[in-house]
Amino acid sequence: MSSPFPFSAIVGQESMKLSFMIAAVDPSVGGVLAFGDRGTGKSTAVRALAALLPKMRAVVGCAYNCDPADAAHFCDACKRAKGEPKSALRPAPVVDLPLGATEDRVVGALNLERALANGEKCFEPGLLAQANRGFLYIDEANLLEDHLVDLLLDVAASGVNVVEREGLSVRHPARFVLIGSGNPEEGELRPQLLDRFGLAIDVKTPIDVPSRIEVVRRRDRFERDPAAFHKKWAGEERKLRNKIVSARENLASVATPDSAIERATRLCLALGTDGLRGELTLIRAARALASLEGKSEVGDAQLRRVAPMALSHRLRRNPLDDAGSAVRVERALQEMFAA
Amino acid sequence: MSAPIEAATPWRRASLAAALFAIDPVGNGVIVRAGPGPVRDAWLGLLVEALPAGAPLRRAPANIADDRLLGGLDITATLRAGRPVAEPGIIAQADGGVLVLAMAERSTQGTAARISSALDRGVVTLARDGFAMEMPARLGVVALDEGQGDDERPPEALVDRMGYWVDLTSIGWREIEGAAYSADELVAARAKLGGVEAEPSVVEALVVVAARLGVASLRAPLFALRAARALAALRGGVRIEDDDVALAASLVLAPRATRMPAEEDDEPEPEPESEPPPPPDDAQEPSDPSEPQDDTMPDLDDLVLAAAQAAIPPDLLARIEAGASRRRKSSSDGKSGAFSISKLRGRPTEARAGTLKEGRLSLVATLRAAAPWQRVRGGESPAVGGNRLQIKPDDFRIVRYRQRRGATTVFILDASGSSAMQRLAEVKGAIELLLADCYIRRDSVALVAFRGRGAEIVLPPTRSTARARRALAGLPAGGGTPIANGLDVALALADQIQHKGQTPLLVLMTDGRANIARDGTPGRPQALQDAIDAGRRIRASGVSALAIDTSPPTSRPDAPSFLIAEAMQAIYVKLPYANATMVNEAVRAAVGS
Repeated sequence: MSSPFPFSAIVGQESMKLSFMIAAVDPSVGGVLAFGDRGTGKSTAVRALAALLPKMRAVVGCAYNCDPADAAHFCDACKRAKGEPKSALRPAPVVDLPLGATEDRVVGALNLERALANGEKCFEPGLLAQANRGFLYIDEANLLEDHLVDLLLDVAASGVNVVEREGLSVRHPARFVLIGSGNPEEGELRPQLLDRFGLAIDVKTPIDVPSRIEVVRRRDRFERDPAAFHKKWAGEERKLRNKIVSARENLASVATPDSAIERATRLCLALGTDGLRGELTLIRAARALASLEGKSEVGDAQLRRVAPMALSHRLRRNPLDDAGSAVRVERALQEMFAA
Repeated sequence: MSAPIEAATPWRRASLAAALFAIDPVGNGVIVRAGPGPVRDAWLGLLVEALPAGAPLRRAPANIADDRLLGGLDITATLRAGRPVAEPGIIAQADGGVLVLAMAERSTQGTAARISSALDRGVVTLARDGFAMEMPARLGVVALDEGQGDDERPPEALVDRMGYWVDLTSIGWREIEGAAYSADELVAARAKLGGVEAEPSVVEALVVVAARLGVASLRAPLFALRAARALAALRGGVRIEDDDVALAASLVLAPRATRMPAEEDDEPEPEPESEPPPPPDDAQEPSDPSEPQDDTMPDLDDLVLAAAQAAIPPDLLARIEAGASRRRKSSSDGKSGAFSISKLRGRPTEARAGTLKEGRLSLVATLRAAAPWQRVRGGESPAVGGNRLQIKPDDFRIVRYRQRRGATTVFILDASGSSAMQRLAEVKGAIELLLADCYIRRDSVALVAFRGRGAEIVLPPTRSTARARRALAGLPAGGGTPIANGLDVALALADQIQHKGQTPLLVLMTDGRANIARDGTPGRPQALQDAIDAGRRIRASGVSALAIDTSPPTSRPDAPSFLIAEAMQAIYVKLPYANATMVNEAVRAAVGS
C-alpha cells in the first residue's frame, strides 16, 4: 500500500484532527468516534495518523509490542524472559479492523500452520495483539457485527484480551485506542456503544468554497505525485510529530487546578451527563490539549475547546429542548464562562 | 464554441463515460442504471473493448458472501496440500481490472463498504479463517443498477465512489452506435494521462459548480477533474481546456445535482428562474463571450455551469423530493438497521463454532474448519482418494441467521378507579385482540399498570399470549391515577427494550385525569404537570407512542389526556365509543406507520 495522505495536509476538520492528536497524547481519554458525512476524510485522517505517530520503543520479537520500560503490562513471554529485554524503535501500530474479519483473526487463534507441521499448540496473535499500545481503527463501525463490537469494547475497557478457544488459554495485554468512524445514514450506533468512546466528533463536509477548492487541489496533487507531495509536507509533519512527542513528555507536569475540576464538574452537572466518565474525559482531554499547547496548567480555554467532543455524545435528550446536543454544550459553556 | 459532438445523444454520453472510465479505471467506477437487455450488453461490450488488454473482469452477485468477496480458505487445495491454503476473493481477483457488481441495488451496505474500502485503499485485507494478508486490489467498479424508481438504489457509500453515473433506461437499441474511439486512441490517452496539467482555475470551476448544483460530497469534483483530465488526454492535449471541464461537469456533476443552480442568490447574473434546461445542442450559448456580463472574460465557472445545467436530468425536482423522503424514512424508521442474529430463521450469515444443540450445522463452514486437519487426523495418508473426511466436534460450525427484530408493544394501562368504572373491561378486550395480532407478527407485548400511588410492570415483555391474558384478567383496579409514574415506568421499560435492540411502542390508555403526583401526593394540577413532564421525556427519548383517550364522550376538547398525548408527541386517538376493534385498529395503524 502506498503511503497515506499527510495528516498536516488535511484541510479544515480541526476538531477531528484535534481529537486524534489528543488521543495520541493521552490514550486514556478512551477512543474517538468520528461520525459524519461521506467523503470528509475520516479514513484518510486515521491512516494519516499512522504515519504521523512517533515511533515507540518495544521489546524485540514481542508480538504484543511490549514496552521495555513498563514491566507491569508485560505479556507472558516478556515476563518470563530473563535479564534486560532487547528493545528497538518501531512504528506505533494503527491496525485496521476490516469488515468481514472473523473472530479468530480479531482475538487470535491456534496457529494452524505450526499445529499441522510440528504438532505444536501455539497461539497466533490476532489484530488485538497487533494493536497493543497503538490504535485500532474500525471503519464503518455501525456495520460491524455486534458480537465483534461487544468483544472489542470489552477488551478496550479492560486492556486485556482473554482467549479461550481451541484448547488454548491465553491472556495478553491489549491496550489500544479505539477509533470508530461511520455514517449515521447507514444505521445508528447502538446507544450503549456511544458513551464507551471518550471523544465523539461530528464530521461535516466543509461548505465554504475556498476550502473545498483546497481539498480537491491537495488531493489531486497527492494522487498524481505522492512522493513530491510528501516531500512538500514533510516539514509540517515533523513539526506536528514533535508537538506530540513533547506534549507526551510534558503531560504529567501539566497541573490541573481545583478550579478547572470544579468547572468541569459544574459543566457536567449543568448538562446532566450520566456518571463520572464525562468529567474524567473532559479533564483528561483538556490536560492533553494544554500539553499540546505548551501550557503548564489546564485553563478555561482548554475546557471550552474540548467540551463539545468530550460531552456531546453523553447527553440525555432533554425533553424541553429540541436543540442538538452540540448546541446545548455550546450554550452551557457560554452560560458558565459568561459568569 | 460548438456543441460537443461526442455527447450529443444519451448513448454517446454513455459511451463516452465508458471510454473515460476505461482510460483511468483504478479507484473509480460507473453506475449503470438499466434493465438487463441488449443496450446494457452493448454498453458493457464497449467497456470491455475499451479496457486495457488483459485486464481482468470479474462479476459479483449482489449478495455475495464474504468468503467469495474477500477470500478465505480454499478447501480443495487445503485438502490436497494438508495445510491451510488461501484463496483470493473476487476483489483481489479483479486487481488491475474491473469488478462488475450485478444488481447493485440489492447489495447490502456491508458489501458496499467492503468494496468501497478496496476502492479507497487499493488493497483488500483478508482477516478470515486464520489468514492475515493484504492483497493488491487496484480496481474499478461497474455497478449494474437494475432498480426501478428512486427508492431502489445501490448503497450510498458505493454510489458516492462511482465517478460516472450512466442511465441507459431511455435508450432504445436502435440508438446504439459503435465505439467512438479505437483501442489505439485509448492506449495513447492512457499514456498521456499523467502529463495532463490542470490549471488552478479548472479545479476552482469544478468545485464552484458542484457547490452550486448542491453536490455535497467532495469526491464529485475530484471525479470530474479526473474526467476532464481523461478528456484532455483523449484529445491528445497536454492541458485541460475549458471544453473538457464543461463536458466533464456535464458527465460527472450534472447527474448528482440536488438543486437547480438558479436557486443560488449571491450571483447577480439574471438567470431565468424556471427556464427548462435547453437541449444539449445550444447548451453553451448562454455563456457566449459576446454577452456583456462582466468586464472580464466569461467566467469558466459559468461556462461549466451552463454545460452541467444542460445535462441535468429533467426529472431532477421529482428526484430530489424522492431523495428527501427516502432520507426522512431512513432516519426516523425505528426498524431500519434493527437486525438481530438468530439461530432459527432469517437470512443466513456468518457461521460460528458451536454444538449441534445450538442450531443447524453449516456444512461448508464445518468442512472448511476441518479441512486443514485432515492430513494430521488421517495419519500418514492424505484425505483424498476415497478416504473419508475426519470431522471432530470442534469443527462444527453452526449457521446463524439475521432477522428483523420484532417490535414490543408496551401497554400503559390506567387501572385507577375513575378509569375502571368506565371501561377497563373494554380496554382489556382491545388488548386481547392486539395480543392475537402481536402473536401473528411475532411481536412481544408488555403491560404496565398504574393505580393507587404507583405503577408496576404487570407483564414483562413476552410473546406468550396466554400469559398476557392471565395477567390482564387478574389485574386489580381502583384508587388514584398516578399517570406520571406509569409513564416513567413505561419509559424505563422502553429503554430496556431498546437496549435489547428491539423497537418499543408505547400505548397509553387513560382518561387523563391524573390526581397523584410523582412523589405520591394527591393533587390534580401537580399530577397533570408531572404527567406532561413524563410525556416530554418519552418524546425526547424518541420512543413512538400512541395515546388512547378513554374518557367519557362529554369531555372538553382540551382534555388532559390530549395535553399528555401532545407532550409525548403521541398519535392521539379519542374513542368516544371505544370498542375493542377500534382500539386494535388504531394500534395497528401506529405500528404500521
